Amino acid sequence: MPTQANYAALDGLHTFPRLLFNHARTRPHSPAMREKYLGIWQTWTWSDVAERVRALACGLSELGFKRGDNLAIIGDNRPHLYMMMAAAQCLGGVPVPLYQDAVAAEMLFVLQDAGIRFAIVEDQEQVDKLLEVRDQLPNLEHIVYDDPRGMRHYNHPFLHDIHELMEMGRIHDRNHPDFINGEVEKGHYDDTSVMLYTSGTTGKPKGVCQTHAAFIAAAQGGVQVDRMGADGDILSYLPMAWVGDHLFSYAQALVAGFTINCPESGDTVMSDLREIGPTYYFAPPRVFESLLTSVMIRMEDAGKLKYKIFHHFMDVAKRCGADILDGKSVSLGNRLQYWLGNLMVYGPLRNVLGMSRIRVAYTAGAAIGPDLFKFYRSIGINLKQFYGQTETCAYVCMQPDSEIKFDSVGRPAPGVDIKIADNGEVLVKGPMLLKEYYKRPDATAESINADGYFLTGDAGFLDEDGHLKIIDRAKDVGKLANGAMFAPNYIENKLKFFQYVKEAVCFGANREQVCAFINIDMGAVGNWAERRGIAYAGYTDLACKPEVLELLRECIEQVNADLVHDTMMADSQVHRFLVLHKELDPDDDELTRTRKVRRNFVAEKYKVLIDALYEGKANQFIETEVKFEDGRRGKVSADLKIVDAKTFPIAKKAA
Amino acid sequence: MSKKIGDVILDLQNISLRFGGVKALTDISFDVREHEIRSIIGPNGAGKSSMLNVINGVYHPQEGRIFWHGNERKKMEPHMAAQQNIARTFQNIALFKGMSVLDNIMTGRITKMKSNFIEHALWFGRAKNEELEHRKKVEEVIDFLEIQHIRKTPVGRLPYGLQKRVELGRALAAEPSMLLFDEPMAGMNVEEKQDMCRFILDVNDQFGTTIVLIEHDMGVVMDISDRVVVLDYGKKIGDGLPDDVKNNEDVIRAYLGAGH
Repeated sequence: MPTQANYAALDGLHTFPRLLFNHARTRPHSPAMREKYLGIWQTWTWSDVAERVRALACGLSELGFKRGDNLAIIGDNRPHLYMMMAAAQCLGGVPVPLYQDAVAAEMLFVLQDAGIRFAIVEDQEQVDKLLEVRDQLPNLEHIVYDDPRGMRHYNHPFLHDIHELMEMGRIHDRNHPDFINGEVEKGHYDDTSVMLYTSGTTGKPKGVCQTHAAFIAAAQGGVQVDRMGADGDILSYLPMAWVGDHLFSYAQALVAGFTINCPESGDTVMSDLREIGPTYYFAPPRVFESLLTSVMIRMEDAGKLKYKIFHHFMDVAKRCGADILDGKSVSLGNRLQYWLGNLMVYGPLRNVLGMSRIRVAYTAGAAIGPDLFKFYRSIGINLKQFYGQTETCAYVCMQPDSEIKFDSVGRPAPGVDIKIADNGEVLVKGPMLLKEYYKRPDATAESINADGYFLTGDAGFLDEDGHLKIIDRAKDVGKLANGAMFAPNYIENKLKFFQYVKEAVCFGANREQVCAFINIDMGAVGNWAERRGIAYAGYTDLACKPEVLELLRECIEQVNADLVHDTMMADSQVHRFLVLHKELDPDDDELTRTRKVRRNFVAEKYKVLIDALYEGKANQFIETEVKFEDGRRGKVSADLKIVDAKTFPIAKKAA
Repeated sequence: MSKKIGDVILDLQNISLRFGGVKALTDISFDVREHEIRSIIGPNGAGKSSMLNVINGVYHPQEGRIFWHGNERKKMEPHMAAQQNIARTFQNIALFKGMSVLDNIMTGRITKMKSNFIEHALWFGRAKNEELEHRKKVEEVIDFLEIQHIRKTPVGRLPYGLQKRVELGRALAAEPSMLLFDEPMAGMNVEEKQDMCRFILDVNDQFGTTIVLIEHDMGVVMDISDRVVVLDYGKKIGDGLPDDVKNNEDVIRAYLGAGH
């Protein structure tokens, strides 16, 4: 079991710079990074990377970068930015990646909080952002940029081209050949290796300080579970400031020694994916969903024969594909059919998706629909989920091969200890825990309890096989009047898996039964209505159609049928619901900017509807003010019907 | 931003152009300096496109003289303009719709290719090396215009704004010293216009390309031009810095009085 303490013993390879130079020594000619430049993939070997990192580190030191300094990193996933990360670590500094699409004002807090003196940015756009807020950053001394395009007319003395910095560093390195080795030797596994800021949905962002030991432990655990080797490829396209990218593209790449591939631009990710054919891939559920949708739409346009073959073999895959992947026993007939299907459909399909070589694909960040999850697994793509947060190096639970359940996030990862608190909150302990929140001892103390467990803020439980199921944010979990657990998000996610349901809000805390507001998905339901010849004039009109209400009643009853088998959630079946007359909108403060429901606000705003749900009324009139995008205001009103849904008797209680 | 505007490279003196009895241009004189952005504006039918076609050698004025780098230009055909490093874009997009973006831009390199048709067809000898070299230039243009994601997409499938950008790409691939734009922003939405403006300024700034631009949208012209010529009914009614032109009474009358 990896723990923090025994890192000193592991061949002395207990910091990222040491790992890097070790790769450069032991396998100098293996590819370390690739980037597409002028339409052609360019490769840097480990020795190329090590040479550049050395030069960059020396250059940074020439500029005055010292042990303990923080280096802001702002830009898309570029090899030079990853190298800069390692260069800062060589000198005992701390890289602080920022979300590159944030506007200057949003970056300001982090830049000030981290006391940034040095920044490496990708291009002119990011330079401009920093210049915009420079007068509020008295500490900022130097900005290095990677892409010189458009920078010709910038002659501020504190701006440096990265190649200039490298040249400066090479001269320094020649004059002081032992300098960098000495600096790397001084590095300790207990030093902060990186600082990643939390998104700050609750209050100001906090800088999470992670040590070399923590990230190396997390990376080693993941490499061990998924048996990743040095011959792998990963496409690095998610923001560098996100903990997952740091784990996959930096920590695991350095631990396992596989190759990271940087896409040409954000718009080319899909074609780059096909060209690289990564062995290891991460994407949020919505990416997998849109890939599947595009496949299905194209199949609709295919010829009759192809259409038939596709659907025949997709049925075969549905029947036995996932079991074959899990190594379960499958009849010979099914195996033969699947083999044929693989030849004719699944193989070519995987190729089109850029997933021919995938050994492991991960998704996380949001709930993934069971059908979506099963689709990918059934065509032979080993799609799995994991669970973790910035404070735990994104490493708490992973689904081991052959033990995949779509509604759990898997078993505790190697070296991780999980406990469920009395209020249902998931508590985590292990070598990957944060060192501290930067300059926030108060927050650090709050988040780690006396026994050394980190409080995740998520509510969950361990099922009979020891898999962790996350049900909701702990603060949202309540109890029904009869004392049973009520986790609104869990039910809402089940509802949202239906394509017709865009948003759902469930109520039930301290009440007898659960009731729900539904937002229909205008695209899916509109399409459904058109195919049935149901005319409608807009969202409100469509939402009030009796046929639509009937459609949603069926969805809800399916969820109820599903919930009744759930030991902890059987009491949370949805008894009554209504379809809201307007879409919940961030402009009306009903959703956050990241499109999460602001539950309390919605409950207050639509109190009259909630009352109607619980008073047993059959309908309720409501008028709501809405804000349009251009700032105008208007009113939407409707007489909403309230629908009763069938619930199922709970088996245990009946027995 | 400091920019070096050089000497006069194109000097048009007393140009008159007639189509039968129709006077398209009457006694027009103006010049273009190296590295500047020179705009020609005017209401519909003012003779802007005719002017551009005169510069490009498509039309031959009955009267007047044209000096290119100090030498008087005799009768010139469009392909000679291309050889003299003058490239242009068209008001109505004139791309090969069925070909990919990459291939379309490659056609801009055609005047630079030395190998002959048979060598190309067999992809043999110097044709091979030449293509690799040209491909590199084309990729630089693709990178410059930020259209990597549509490299292999047939042009006909692209939205209008992107097609315009591809057309600019083809013109740029010829590495022109002078670039003629015929209403590059016509029919674009605000965002596409902004992008196009940025690319025009970038081309001018990075490659030092002299730019002659016809445009309808006064706002755009005034923002990016170094000097502006105003035409109305085939006559020149104004010439100078954007601010001077904006306050010129004849110009105001032509634009506002004529109902534009």
